[in-house]
Amino acid sequence: MPWETVMGLEVHLQLATDSKIFSGSPSRFGAEPNVQADAVDLGMPGMLPVLNTRAVEFAVRFGLGVGAKIGRRSVFDRKNYFYPDLPKGYQISQFFEPIVGEGLFEVPMPDGSLFPIRILRAHLEEDAGKSVHDAFPDQTGIDLNRAGTPLLEIVTEPDFRTAEQAVAYLKALHSLVTYLGISDGNMSEGSMRCDVNISLRPVGSDTLGTRTEIKNVNSFRFVEKAIEVETERQADLLDNGETVTQETRLYDADRNETRSMRSKEVANDYRYFPEPDLLPVVLDEATIESIAQSLPELPGPKRARFIEQYTLSDYDAALLVSSRAMADYFESAVADCDEPKLVANWILGDLSAAMNREDLDIDQTPVSASALAGLITRIADNTLSSKLAKQVFEGLWLGEGSADDIIEARGLKQVSDTGELEAMIDDVITNNPDQVAQYQAADEAKQKKLSGFFVGQIMKASKGQANPQLVSQLLMKKLSD
Amino acid sequence: MSVTPEDVVQIAHLARLEIAENELDTVVERFGRILELVDELQAVDVSDTAPMSNPHDDIQRLRPDVVSRGDNREALQSAAPAVEEGYFLVPKVID
Amino acid sequence: MSPTDPTKASATELSTALANGDVSSLELTEHFLERIKRLNPTINAVITVTEDAARQDAIEADQRIAAGDQGPLTGIPLLHKDIFCTNGVLTTCASRMLDNFVPPYDATVVARLRDAGTVMLGKTNMDEFAMGSSNETSFYGPTVNPWDVSRVPGGSSGGSAAAVAAGFAPLSTGTDTGGSIRQPAALCGITGLKPTYGRVSRLGIIAFASSLDQAGPMTRTVEDAALMLSAIAGMDSGDSTSADRPVPDFRADLGGNIEGLRIGIPREYFSDDLDTAIAAQVKTALSELESEGAKLIDIDLPHTRDAIATYYVIAPAEASTNLSRYDGVRFGHRCAQPKDLEDLYFRSRTEGFGDEVKRRILVGTYVLSSGFYDAYFKRAQQVRRIISEDFSRAFEQVDVIAGPATPGTAFPLGSKNNDPVSMYMEDIYTLAVNLAGLPGLSLPAGAVNGLPVGLQLIGRAFDESTLLKAGHRLQQRTDWHRRAPDVEVSR
Repeated sequence: MPWETVMGLEVHLQLATDSKIFSGSPSRFGAEPNVQADAVDLGMPGMLPVLNTRAVEFAVRFGLGVGAKIGRRSVFDRKNYFYPDLPKGYQISQFFEPIVGEGLFEVPMPDGSLFPIRILRAHLEEDAGKSVHDAFPDQTGIDLNRAGTPLLEIVTEPDFRTAEQAVAYLKALHSLVTYLGISDGNMSEGSMRCDVNISLRPVGSDTLGTRTEIKNVNSFRFVEKAIEVETERQADLLDNGETVTQETRLYDADRNETRSMRSKEVANDYRYFPEPDLLPVVLDEATIESIAQSLPELPGPKRARFIEQYTLSDYDAALLVSSRAMADYFESAVADCDEPKLVANWILGDLSAAMNREDLDIDQTPVSASALAGLITRIADNTLSSKLAKQVFEGLWLGEGSADDIIEARGLKQVSDTGELEAMIDDVITNNPDQVAQYQAADEAKQKKLSGFFVGQIMKASKGQANPQLVSQLLMKKLSD
Repeated sequence: MSVTPEDVVQIAHLARLEIAENELDTVVERFGRILELVDELQAVDVSDTAPMSNPHDDIQRLRPDVVSRGDNREALQSAAPAVEEGYFLVPKVID
Repeated sequence: MSPTDPTKASATELSTALANGDVSSLELTEHFLERIKRLNPTINAVITVTEDAARQDAIEADQRIAAGDQGPLTGIPLLHKDIFCTNGVLTTCASRMLDNFVPPYDATVVARLRDAGTVMLGKTNMDEFAMGSSNETSFYGPTVNPWDVSRVPGGSSGGSAAAVAAGFAPLSTGTDTGGSIRQPAALCGITGLKPTYGRVSRLGIIAFASSLDQAGPMTRTVEDAALMLSAIAGMDSGDSTSADRPVPDFRADLGGNIEGLRIGIPREYFSDDLDTAIAAQVKTALSELESEGAKLIDIDLPHTRDAIATYYVIAPAEASTNLSRYDGVRFGHRCAQPKDLEDLYFRSRTEGFGDEVKRRILVGTYVLSSGFYDAYFKRAQQVRRIISEDFSRAFEQVDVIAGPATPGTAFPLGSKNNDPVSMYMEDIYTLAVNLAGLPGLSLPAGAVNGLPVGLQLIGRAFDESTLLKAGHRLQQRTDWHRRAPDVEVSR
């Protein structure tokens, strides 16, 4: 039977605050175990939580960013369960009244189209610590440095049908949260963690099947793979007349399979109830308005503006706005040279390739936006052929100065002087009588092919600097004489 | 509502408490008496009454995002029953 | 030693003696330490004595007094309930679970009283995790009532109440979740104030039920309670539920008369549940206030009885999760040789908690569990609001509500141990005050068969001043608060 996959995503986003959500401990990474966990984070007797204002502000920024309803009143609840990395035996979360309500997020797909995803809610909660299983024989080590790091859990409606959509959503979400400055959104470091709720139903059906939840899939690629293998697993079960068990599963990247998490098998009863150590968070209109005023232009509107203002393709615009730094770089270069299409091509072409090669982000590239604009100005005024431009770019990347400096120093100016070019063409014709004879005997189609040889020789003689359009023009004339 | 020994055992499991077999009857009997007491709530008319979580219906005060605590691991772990290399230790957890 | 007998003196009187140079803080400290050493084996009111630190603090206090740099509490010895975390000092909450727990921090109350110059003599006995009304659930054995050692001192702050009654210190701290300051104060014949919820920081107090817990003074006199409240009250940025309200000078507010003060007498507080002899004593005390110009007005608090059911859902529910942190991992009791993680949890908790604590954890877990939340927890929160609204309505008519603090006098040890529900009835007059978050003052107002009787005054939220003023007037007219048991004899 043909099955349709139905998915909803839950993303746990670590918010980039300086201190933890309920304590004054630093919210950084990579420290020695437990040095960043204070008495509150350890759940020591008598300790109490106090809410970090920036965590609240970041949650509101996100809500505004996806046009969601902001909870004028939101409430923290306790989610009760025992686990060694959960110090208090409960997690402070928001269950009944979250800070962010329903919203809509338009996700750019790889083909440039927009795919709308309904955001169900987003709520604030505290992160748990980490269990270290391999450091001690027969024992698990508990490191609570991460305990209390602020998380925003973003829950979507079951609007996804393909892995491609899920990945596009995660990429767009990553882009949005970095624009908002609320998280680094780094999946490999765990600052953006994704759980996928996935079920199958016969194509055409509108009731949901039994779902499984795949936990903590920590890269775009693993999300794709996990969805693939879990879809396959469920389809096999259903095709064989078996049923899917509602459960939590873990994606094992090494074996490319999902497996049931035994520790979560015992049915949990989280006994949510309002956290009595905290009071309701109440936001007034003025606060929300001032946060709204502080938001930067977000990827969606920016993308639309780029298409309109710079007449870029949907595809190019989507790529350029995917990172705020790249969009800023683009606009800064365009301001200097007024050649938006060339700038877009260079950023998405040679610059991106060089950055990928050396694993750099755009704010780390040695080629500044104005330097690239300098290069593009010389392409636009025909000083440089595209081939020469690549050499100049190489010089820019190596820090040899401005485009003009490099053109001068490397002597890369395109030769467009007709007299000079004619002299070179004459030399080549004189030195290659056999090829000239062949050419003159050939038909038109063949001639076109053979002319490549002469152009190549001339470019070689000019060390690549001859203006290729001019050369072929002059050559045709000479050969047909 | 009445409570069965099975209910009490299940609740005890959630709370990670053991009830010895020979104590179960007493525990269930006393639990039942407390339930009988709290069941008096069912007689109160609560229609149109919002739940009250906190006595003054106050609102949350927010803390500035400032790091105010430094490393105090040694003191904080002095009360810990099992610590090695800065980690709290528990019997091996199998996921 | 001065002519004032420190065993019976109020902190205010001792403060004067210190300022006059009649006595030193060190002398007072030695006096009380000696008395604790001699009599605590009988009363069992104190779990830990901090002798050396007390002497050090007393010496420092004497230096401050000598330099004229003292406040009203400088050099006054006191005891803290063992529910307050004390930096570097064992803090057990009277539980095997915390038998070895030495916190590396002070509760805000402890820090503020230290800053005020008080001298901590030690930590007092209590019901385990403050769950009990008789002090019999302590892992360290019951405290007994100094008025009759075969009887309970009340609870959960029974050690603090007994200690003040027995002259171990003029002041002690207590906490009150459903009556835990006021009921033992009544049973031991001392003054105890539960402040308005949010008036005093809960930071560093081992939590029982977070939306009900409140710390307060346990003293000989209302004046001392006012003094101590001024020292501990006020916003604490470390406790989200501590109120950002101005703190009056409560002792200065004691002055003046109570002419025209409207005192509400709830009919429900004088029902059949109340011992008739106690009712008579309480009425006599009320007529004293009437003589001071107060008006007594009959009122109704129709949901008084429902407070018990409400409380015994909300308090255990909050407690059940507050006590989840005791899992044998980061602090507290850990079972020997756990064979796996679940074994560690089950045995550490089962061994570490006593029966009453376990019972409340079970009840609390039950009322929050799936399928029962609406019928129990949510409904209890709704009734809580109804109870609170009863008080609001009453306070439109009256300024203070008065009645008995307890339905009976101190009962014999062991007499209510087999019936948790009859023990819970002890708090019938006090529970509602916690549910509504109001201030409640219990003060000695007579005796029945040689056992103290307590009068309870209930005030509007954040209006401790009116309660204290009324209580102070009563103590100006009567001497019940001056009476002390003869502990030497009752041994």
